[in-house]
Order: sequence, then C-alpha cells, then structure tokens
Amino acid sequence: MSVLEVKFIGDGDALEHIVDKQEGVQSSSGSVQKMVTFKSPAGRRAREEAEHDGDENGLLDEQNYIQALGTDYTEEDEEGMSRVAGSSIFTFQKVKRGHSMAQTASELARTPGKSVTFSTTPSAEPSTPTRTGRNNRGESRTPQRRKKVQFVSTTPHRLRKRMTTPSIRSDSDSELSPSDSGEDEDEEGEEEEQSVKKEDKENSKTPRTPSKGLSAALYKTPAKKSKNTSEALGQPSMIEEYFEAHGSSKVLTSDRTLQRLNTPKLDREMLVQLLEGKPSCYSKEIQQLHNKHRKHFSKWMLQLQLGFSVMVYGLGSKKALLEDFRVSHLGQEIHLVVNGFFPSITLKSILNALTCDVLEHQGSFRTPSDQIQHITQTLKDSPDLHVYLLIHNIDGLMLRGEKTQSALGQLASLPNLHLVASIDHINGPLVWDQFQQSQFNWLWWECVTFQHYAEETSYENSLLVQQTGALALSSLTHVLRSLTPNARGIFKLLVKFQLENKDNPSYTGLSFQDFYQRCREAFLVNSDLTLRTQLTEFRDHKLIRTRKGADGVEYLLVAVEASTLMDFLENEEGD
Amino acid sequence: MSTSSVSKGCFVFKPSAKKKKTLSLEDHFSHGCESAESSEKRFKLCQDLWDKIKSDTEVLQDDLNRKILDSLLDFTRKCSSTRQLSDWASQMRASEIPTAALVLGVNVPDHDMTFQSLSELLQQSVTPHVASVQAKECGALKHLMKRVLERLMGTDVTVDDEEEEEAEQTSTPLHKSVHCSLSTLCDWYKTKTKKSNTPGKKRSSPSRDDPQQPPVVIIFKDLEAFNPKVLQDFILICSRYIERLPLMFIFGIATSPSTIQHMLPHSVSSLLCIELFQSLSCTQHLATVIDQLILTHHFPFKLNAKVLQVLMSIFLYHDFSVRNFIKGLQLALLEHFHSQPLSVLCCKKKDALLNVMQLSHSDLERIRNLPSFKRYVEKQEPQEQVNLSKDDTHLKEVCQKLIKGLHKYHKNYYPVLRCLHTLTSSLPRYPLGKQVRELHLICLEKNVWENEDYQTAMKLLRMLAKDELVALLQRCVEILQPVKSKKMKNAFLQLTDLLTKFKQLDTVAAEPPPCVEEPIISPVRNLQKKTDLFQLQKTLLEMNESRRAKKLSPFEVLRNEALEFLDNLVKSHLSPPESHTLNEVCYYTSSATVRRHLNATPRTSIQAALNSPYYYLQNDRLKTVDGSVSNSAPDICIAYKLHLECGRLINLYDWLEAYATVVSAAEGNNPDSDNYGKVEEVKHARFIRAVSELEFLGFIKSTKQKTDHVARLTWGGC
Repeated sequence: MSVLEVKFIGDGDALEHIVDKQEGVQSSSGSVQKMVTFKSPAGRRAREEAEHDGDENGLLDEQNYIQALGTDYTEEDEEGMSRVAGSSIFTFQKVKRGHSMAQTASELARTPGKSVTFSTTPSAEPSTPTRTGRNNRGESRTPQRRKKVQFVSTTPHRLRKRMTTPSIRSDSDSELSPSDSGEDEDEEGEEEEQSVKKEDKENSKTPRTPSKGLSAALYKTPAKKSKNTSEALGQPSMIEEYFEAHGSSKVLTSDRTLQRLNTPKLDREMLVQLLEGKPSCYSKEIQQLHNKHRKHFSKWMLQLQLGFSVMVYGLGSKKALLEDFRVSHLGQEIHLVVNGFFPSITLKSILNALTCDVLEHQGSFRTPSDQIQHITQTLKDSPDLHVYLLIHNIDGLMLRGEKTQSALGQLASLPNLHLVASIDHINGPLVWDQFQQSQFNWLWWECVTFQHYAEETSYENSLLVQQTGALALSSLTHVLRSLTPNARGIFKLLVKFQLENKDNPSYTGLSFQDFYQRCREAFLVNSDLTLRTQLTEFRDHKLIRTRKGADGVEYLLVAVEASTLMDFLENEEGD
Repeated sequence: MSTSSVSKGCFVFKPSAKKKKTLSLEDHFSHGCESAESSEKRFKLCQDLWDKIKSDTEVLQDDLNRKILDSLLDFTRKCSSTRQLSDWASQMRASEIPTAALVLGVNVPDHDMTFQSLSELLQQSVTPHVASVQAKECGALKHLMKRVLERLMGTDVTVDDEEEEEAEQTSTPLHKSVHCSLSTLCDWYKTKTKKSNTPGKKRSSPSRDDPQQPPVVIIFKDLEAFNPKVLQDFILICSRYIERLPLMFIFGIATSPSTIQHMLPHSVSSLLCIELFQSLSCTQHLATVIDQLILTHHFPFKLNAKVLQVLMSIFLYHDFSVRNFIKGLQLALLEHFHSQPLSVLCCKKKDALLNVMQLSHSDLERIRNLPSFKRYVEKQEPQEQVNLSKDDTHLKEVCQKLIKGLHKYHKNYYPVLRCLHTLTSSLPRYPLGKQVRELHLICLEKNVWENEDYQTAMKLLRMLAKDELVALLQRCVEILQPVKSKKMKNAFLQLTDLLTKFKQLDTVAAEPPPCVEEPIISPVRNLQKKTDLFQLQKTLLEMNESRRAKKLSPFEVLRNEALEFLDNLVKSHLSPPESHTLNEVCYYTSSATVRRHLNATPRTSIQAALNSPYYYLQNDRLKTVDGSVSNSAPDICIAYKLHLECGRLINLYDWLEAYATVVSAAEGNNPDSDNYGKVEEVKHARFIRAVSELEFLGFIKSTKQKTDHVARLTWGGC
C-alpha cells in the first residue's frame, strides 16, 4: 500500500468533477436517442470527404454534398426507412463502466409499458451517473466525507445484487478486474469516481472485506483528479474521452464465468432442439418483408441482363430470399449456387464447377487464371449461353481473399455471366477496391429480412456451444469397426495410456519403443513391422499423430479430446 | 435439389435443354412495372435511348482518347524507325528502351477502356506484338516474364498453328513453360520477322527493314502497383536484349511521373528513354460527357437537380470514374421508364405528339393527377377546368400543346444557359461556378435570378470594361447563332445589334463630354487640407453620390442595356423545370433510389435495423417513444444494444444475465417471482444464437484474453 494521502477538496471541485463526468455519460447516452432522429450524416461525411475533395469541386463542396445526401434521408423517411446517423456509428472508443450493461438491461426491461421494477431496490438507482437522480446526488454530498479514506470494494456487485436474482446474490466475487491481470497500482478515474460517490452509502455499513485484498483497498486522492477535470472543463469532451479510453490497456470486466450458470453448457443438437421449439416472433412481419422484397425479383432479372450485378444487403439471413429468387426466376436458366459461408469453399471449387459442370470441359487447368481465361473465351464464343452465379455471402471467410475477389470480379464483368450475391459482414464492402467494384458493377438492394442466420452460423464454432466431439467419436467408432480386433486392441492400448496421463501437462505421447513393448506384452503384435503397418493405418485415418521428441524418439498421440476418448472407451466396453 | 449441405459449397443447376424457355428482357421489364399496357413502348424507348447514349459516349471516348493515342502511336512509330538510323545520337538512343509514361489520373476504373483501345490501335497500325500486364498477375519476375511471353507468343500460336510448323515447334515447349526467357522470345521474334520477309530480300538494308521490324510493345497497366524489384530486374534483363529485340514499354501511371524515379534507381531508369504523355483529366472528360449527354435537348430524358447532384457527388467524392457516371445515368433511365407510366411521352417531339393521342384513359387520369398539371389547371378559367377534367380528347389536345411547350423550353434553355455561363465563368471568385454543370444545377433547383450569387455576378458584369464585355457578348452570339428556335433567332439578332452599337461607340466617343470634369475635382481639392478619418469618409461618400447622380456615359448606358437584355433572357428561359407543366414526363426525380443502389451503406443499414427494428418490422410492440429498443425486440437487437455498453471485452456471463433480465421483462414475468431474470435453457439458447449472429456480422469475436469473454470490434453507438 502506498502512503496515505489526504487532501482537502472544495465542494465546487467535487461537484465539478462529478458533473463533468456525468455530462460525458449523458452525452453518450443521448446519442442513443439521436440515432433515430435522422440527422444527416454530416459529421462523418464531412470528415471523410474533406480528404477526398477533388481538384475542382468549385460548387460541389462538402456542404452541397451533404445537402444532396441529406435530402435523401428525408425522402427515405417518407418511405419508412430509417438511417442511423453516421456520426453515431463511427465514433471513438469510450470509457465504459463495468456494469453499464446491467444498467441498460434494467432500463430496457423497464421500457414500453411493461413497468418492471426491481422489487429489491425500490429506490436504488445504480450508483454511476445515470439519467435520473443525478442532481440529488450532487447536492447530497457534504464536506464531512472528504477526509475519509475508506476501504471500498469496487462496487458494481452491489448493483447486480439488486438487479438480479437471489440466486446470484450470495456471490461475492463479482468484482471488476482488469483483463491483463496487472496490479492495480493506479486506479481508473471512473472507479475513483464511483467509489467517491459510494461513500455516502458505504460509510454507513461496515466495509466489506474485499475478496482480493490488494485490489479493493483504494486510496482516494480525488483532489488531484478534480483539479485536472476542472481545468479541462472547457475542452471538448470527446478528446478527453478518447484519451481516457485509450490511456490504459486494461479492460475492466467482471471475473464471473459461465461456470456459474445453473444450466449446463448446451451442445449443438440441444441448441437446435431448443430453438425449434420456440416459434419465431414477428413471423408475420418478417413474411411481409420477404414479400416486399419478392416484388423486385423481375427488376433484378432485368438489371442482371443489362449487365449489372445485384448485391443484397441488410440485417438478417438472405439465403431464403435468394433461394426464392432462384427457384422462381432461375428455374429455366443454367445457374450455380455458391455458399460463401461454407468453411471449405475455395475459388478452385467454384471455377471447377463452372468449367466441368456448366461448360462441360474435360481436363484440368494449371492455374486459376488459365481457368478464368477458358471461361471467358467459352462464354465469348457462345453469346447465347447465359450463366447465373448466385453467391450467398460473397464476403464469406474463404472468399475474402484478394485473389478470389478479383477472380470473381473478372467473371462478373463477362457480359453473359450474371452475378447475384449477398453480403453480411459490416465491413464486407472493404474487400473491393474501386477497380474491382467497377468490374462487379454492383447495384445494391437493401433487403432487411430479420431472419435468423441459422445456416450461416451453423458451421461456426460458437464459443458458447460445447464441443461435444460427437463427430470425432463417431468417426473413431466407424474406423475402428473396420479394423481387425488386434488393431483395435492396439488403439485402445494407446487411448488408455493417454487417459492415464491426461492430467500430466508435460505428457508428450507414448514413445514407439514403449508402445511396442506394451503391445507385445498384450500379445497384439509379434514384430516391430506389424505395429508400424497398423500405425500407418491409424495415421491415414488421422486417428493418431506422431511427433519426434528431443531425443529423436517417435512419440504417438491420439488427437482427440480426453472426454471424447472416455466416451469412446465406454462405448467399446459396452459393446 | 437443396442448396445446403455439410460437404459441399457449390451447386450447379442445369435445366434440361428442351423445356428451356427463357423470358426476354422485355418480359422482365413489363413484369412488375407500373401500368403494364404501355410497358412495351416504354421499354422500346428506354432501350433506344440507352443505345444512343452508349454509342454516343463511345464515340466521345474515342474522340477524347484520340489525341493522346495518336501521339503515342507517333511515338512508337518514331521509335521503331530511329532504331535503323546510323548516326551516333541514335546509336546511343538505341541502347535505351523507349518508354512512354502515360499519366492517366486516379480514375482507375476507366483505365481499362483506354488501354483496351490503345492496344487495339497499336495492333492495327503499328505492330502486332502487344502485351499488356497488370501488377496483380506479376508477383515475381518469373510470372511477369511468363505473362509477357504468353501474351506475345500465345496469341500468335493459335494463328500460326495451321500455317507453319516451325512456329509451333518453337512455341510448344514454351507453352509447357519449360524454358521461359527472353532469348526464347528473341528466337521467336526472329522467326516471326523472317517469315514476313520475302526470302530474296537481304535483312541488312535498313530502309527496307523498317516495316518488317515492328516493335514489341509491353504495356504496364498500373505501374504503381508493381513490385519495384520485379520491375527493375525485368528492365535490366530487357536492356540486354534490346539489340536483338526492338522492345518498347508503356507505363500507365495514376499519380505523378515522379513515381518512376521513386520506383527505379538511377542505374535502371537510365536504361529507359522516357517520354511523358498526359491524358485528359477525368473532370474534363466528365464535363464533355455532361455537355454532350445532359446539356442538350437531343435527349428527351432529363435528370432533376438532386439526381444529378448525387451522380456528380459519387464522381467527385468517390471514384472519378466517368464509366460509373454513365452507369448511374443508365440506372436512372431504367428506373424512370420502369416506374413512370407517362414516360411513354419522353421521346422525340414527333413521337411524343403521336403517343399523346394514343394515351389510355388511365394514363390521362395520371396526367390529371400530376402536381404540375394540377397547378396548370388551377390557373385556367373555370369552364376550361371542367373541360380538362372531363373531356379526354380536349385534354389530349392540351397535352400536345404542353409537350410542345416543354420541348421549346428545352430548346431555349440550353443556349441561354451556355450564354450565362460564358458571361459568368470568367468573373472573379466564380459566383455562379466554374463549370456549366454547376450553373445548370443552380438553374434546375430554383429561379436563378433570385439567387444571391446571380445578383453579385450581375453587379460584377456591370463593372466590366468594354473590350471584355464585347468579347463575352461576341461569344454569346456565337452560341446563339446555330440555334434554330424562333426566340433564339430573335435574341441573336438583338445581341448582334447591341454589338454593332458597341462598335459604333468607338467612333462616337471620340469627342468626350467636357463638362464632367468640374464636380469631381472640387471634393478632391477639399481633401488636400488636413483632414480626419471621418471627414475623409464623408467626402468619399459624397463623391460616390455625385458620381451616381452624374449622367452615365454612352458606354455605360449601352452596357446596362445589354445586361438588361441578358437578364430578361435568363428570366424568360432559365426557369426551373418544376415550374413547367408535364415536367414529370421527362425528369427523373428519385435521387434516393439512385443513391441507394449505387452508393449503398450496408453497415448503416444493419445498424439501423439493430437499433430501431420498428422501421422494418411494423409491429406496435416494437414501437418506442424515445428511440430506444423495446424489450420485446428481436433477440439480436437486444444483445446488440446491451453489447454497446461494453468496452473492449465483454463478459459473456454478464451479457447473458443482462439479456435474461430484459427478456424476462418482455415475457411479462412477475418481477417478484423467484425465477425472474433467471437464465433458463431456452433463453440461453436464444442468447447463444444472437451472439453467434453478432459474431457473424462482425461486431464481436472470440478472444482468449480472459475466460468467457468476447472482444468487441466496433466503437460507437452508445
């Protein structure tokens, strides 16, 4: 603990300190509301365009540009479309309070008409600056507290206790801690502020014993801080906020983990089952949206045939929409559907599908550019042949590469190859430069569907879903079933040995000699060579991995998780 | 056949050939467009107009490129001919590779067309050996070499295969890329040129050799993007072969010629003999296109101010691409004919008058509902009003008249616009803009004479000296001369009249009025004694007064007269199109559509949907007063809203808990009950789905910094 320092703080300083902070928060929360007030995206555009502006844009200066686009926004209002002001999307990082999420949750929970209050806290506003009850708090601060130095635990836990269920209430370890687990040698301004504000409440109670002794004992020297803030009071708060947010690399979040949930981790099947059981809300409106977009299908066809490419964007999965389009309008045409979100899609597979299946070309190509050359030539030679290419998620993980996109661009620029694509990632359009964009010749269509990205996300390994390894298990079982009993025995031996050592962090695998010895003892093999043949079999099926140790000895390892192996052994035993 | 699979990402669908019956373009046009009965005609008109625009722009492009291409062609010809001269200077020259540095500007998308026509022209008139390479395909020297050889020889291989066996022999090994070097190319070139030589001729005679030694031109489309190392090596190698192979380079440069110095060290650049060519700037290019396509009455289809503004903004602020500008024009054209049933009247005057007579009753009703027509009706006599709303044939007649009026308006508008532009474009500080298009925009928006800038321009014009004014008027006369309209002819005559008067002034003004001197001198004299600032100001004001009161000189009278005349011309012809009846027929107005299709902002759309789902899902439960999200919003919206409150890292547990709180409230659970806000399985599952959707959209990603945390990827929102 550092030296205790007590300073006198004037009322005004303290008030300013608080008010200043609160204003920062207020403005940030205010912008939430602004988001739907259809401001022209002046801020962003102006900034962006200031760099661009050309050599002679005499009249068309930024102002006009903004006007031109701004007026569009009002037009769009009439159509019931809303826009978020650009300034609210592209802002700097701001300081976040650890528990502001919970606070927002409570606010949201209270919203329209449902009037939910938290019974446990009839009058308890969250203690950080909120939109309500700010003034009282400022006034209620009296000088008596200034000189006190207290042991204060970082506070959000209290809030959570009030907000959330009794089941969580008993927990006491929910404090914020920096992600980089450094010492709390200097405290964040926000924490100080919180605790200062807490004082009036805290000092009436016994100071709680902090669970982490070190981090919780805070020695406040607010005077210094408040001086700083009062000096900078006139400055635009945005700059301050920026540096405050970037000043330290620490991120304060609570230490709680999902282990604490009553519900177990869900696996994929369970998840699907649970979600299927619940009907989608707003299905009627979603259907309406879908029908609205459907009306444009023939216009899409027209534009496609005129040499444009159609790009569909907006929130929600557009797979169903494009599928609908495909069935209703492309039924009579040669077309190719590409799932960009498919984890192992490659440019080669797309080009192969085009050359082999569509153009029926036998033979292979050395490079993709040769292949594209061939496609270009073939399509040029037969102008009546129209091919439609439908790509779900052209910004998909495997298609993002520059080479892939430029190849697709080259294809799209062919007059009788027509491209329809969808895009979902918020930064997706960044994959193209101006040249590629003009090759693609996009016409953008906003199609907000609000449908779930069920298929698109099904391939992703979500962090919340438990990896059951069901697939690995079934492949294990299948492969083993096709092997001789001896081979199975060999494999089981290895598995058992690995499970015995599963708690040993330095376990690198079973050495070949050792393994051979064990197999001989179990009468599974009679020679070095037989074992090696078996191992090749396993290796071909990717059941085991070998690694050369430091001493040059081969070590064998089963590349499957321990829990899966356990299941596997159980199954085998059962059989 | 389904298109979802866990093992496949590509699905090919080939309908059986026999039942194949594809809809034509026209069917797609009429399908789903307003008022299908006239769609055929509209489609035809649209198609014709587009074809005309396309061919016109192509011609324009060729014209614009011609100059620079011609000079480039001259350069290549000169290079190939100097090679054979034997004096010392050209011998020195011969060891350098002739290089044309073609500065094209930053409108990258348009470069392709330029290079396309360049290589075509070269192939036609100078040399059959042209290869163009892009930086993208030449990551290493090996690739660059391969591309060059492929393009130079590969194209010829297909031709030569039938004719000659030798060529095939030399080129087939290369095709397998066994040996890929310039010496192969040299051999190939030698056989090529030998072939074209008649066997009897000797190769040593330089004068005859000229046509048989066409240069080998390599075009580097985007010099900046090339790896400098690759380029240096390539140039060094090429310079070794320059004796045997008449190579020539063309560099396409987007930024400035100094890039060559940046990319190539002196030792390399000294091997090149660089000549600089400057292409037309893209803004000039656009000005010409606008001049030919928009500022003319030949195209009946017009854009209103906002649409033009949007297209121009995209050009000036995003890509400088004329091609994209034309694409925007095409889109607007298509949308206009697709969405406006009355666009059937948007054609040549003769056809339009015919089409008026064939309008159906519903079309006439549409005309009656046009805002501009309503305004017109209100101005008419009551009897006429009744006639217009009841009698279809009468309406048709009136429409014919109005269409004629509209065409007349266009015919007069553009010459007067150009006149005004010539007058104002040279004024200091350009009150009405430097470019015609800027003035055009002002005129389209509202009455230009009510504009403040117009007033200042007029004031400035009133101060012009005689020779300047006469020169400007002379140019106006030249503009008005070829116009065939009656009114313009009249204006032309009046203006020439004024001009002759100005000229006569010279002779008349020989004897200046002597009496003017006196009053000016007296206040100046007053000034000579000591005076303070106030006094000075006063005298100056007085002087001003006296001058104003003073009788105008004949020149000034004439100048005022001329400007008065021009002002009247502007007032009678440059009124905005909105004030003309039936303007909706020709003017496309929906700038929002154009902007949304060309310059979309997907991220804004996604975030708007997440922030305020009510705008898309019109359900009352989603309606909120202050713009926040209702707690019954779709899961992803709630999860998004909550994540906005977090910093760089998000604790999943806290997030889930907060989410559960909100959803419980939405379900209307009693807050007092035990399991309020409790995380149950269904909520958990929904939360997982929402989070993985946000991950898919790129708002968050998983991180290993801390257990059960995700990293946030955006800043903003909250």
